[in-house]
Amino acid sequence: MNHSLFGYIMVMALVTYLIRCLPLTLIRKEIKSPFIKSFLVYVPYATLAAMTFPAILTATNSVYSALAGFAAALILAFMRKSLILVAAGASAAVFIFELILLG
Amino acid sequence: MNHSDQFKAGVRDGIPICLGYFAVSFAFGIQAAEIGLSPFEAGMLSLLNVTSAGQFAGLSVIAAAGSYIELAALQFIINLRYMLMSAALSQKLDSRTGTLPRLLIAYGVTDEIFGVSVMRPKGLDPFFSYGCTIISVLGWVAGTVTGASAGAILPARLISALGVALYGMFIAIIIPPAREHKKIMYCVLSAMALSAVFAWAPVLRQLSGGMRIIIVTVLIAAVFAKLFPVSEEESA
Repeated sequence: MNHSLFGYIMVMALVTYLIRCLPLTLIRKEIKSPFIKSFLVYVPYATLAAMTFPAILTATNSVYSALAGFAAALILAFMRKSLILVAAGASAAVFIFELILLG
Repeated sequence: MNHSDQFKAGVRDGIPICLGYFAVSFAFGIQAAEIGLSPFEAGMLSLLNVTSAGQFAGLSVIAAAGSYIELAALQFIINLRYMLMSAALSQKLDSRTGTLPRLLIAYGVTDEIFGVSVMRPKGLDPFFSYGCTIISVLGWVAGTVTGASAGAILPARLISALGVALYGMFIAIIIPPAREHKKIMYCVLSAMALSAVFAWAPVLRQLSGGMRIIIVTVLIAAVFAKLFPVSEEESA
């Protein structure tokens, strides 16, 4: 089969957009079930937590620098710092740690 | 608040997302260039998909010249969480909201835009979503194009440091509410623990990353919804 890059991009975009638009356009009424409501409240926390750990440990050159970045992000987020500060702080922690660790 | 105020509030909340996206998509642009995409092609990919985990995973299929079916299945699995987020957002909208605004809001359903949208007090105004989406996608596409153009000249150590930016962003979204509500804190900790079990345990670790995220999400969210239902005032 001869697949073009354009084809790949369109397949990805179509699948991803359908996933995003179907619930928003089809669910018009308020959901009454307390279980489904609670389920939807917990979904983003469970997803983002599962995506972050343990994947963050292999996101850098070494597991130690990744742990330093992870710790920095947790501390900054706990202090309610903004998104960009937490992301930048984590990156800075990795950078400084690797500078010290790997010379 | 009128439409213009809502739009401005969306842009304001979107600025940190825009900056975070720039860093993450910069890393994506570097990888896209490595498998032979031009900055324009990488930018188009980002503009049409706007999905961090999905795009990174998609690159591996494109690089291996995999089939369209494989790519579609992978995107479906990795991005299935957007379906849950989209369903959650449908509950934040006024039920009279028309189809066109719903289709436009759907384009911007990402982890981070969802994170700020779902926290809006008094429901979600479509114009808030438009403002937040436009500024965020601008950062996502600009970062991709810059990364694809300039990535090759950056030192490896800087690229390594940028690798945690995406996760830093996720942590910034989930930790503050977890600090407020014990239930959410336990939910976050349980999801991380179960995710680690799936990633490291024999047999289970053969599951793909996307599949792992879906199973952990559905299991944890269902168990917590059953054991610790969220009351009206907490979810508001």
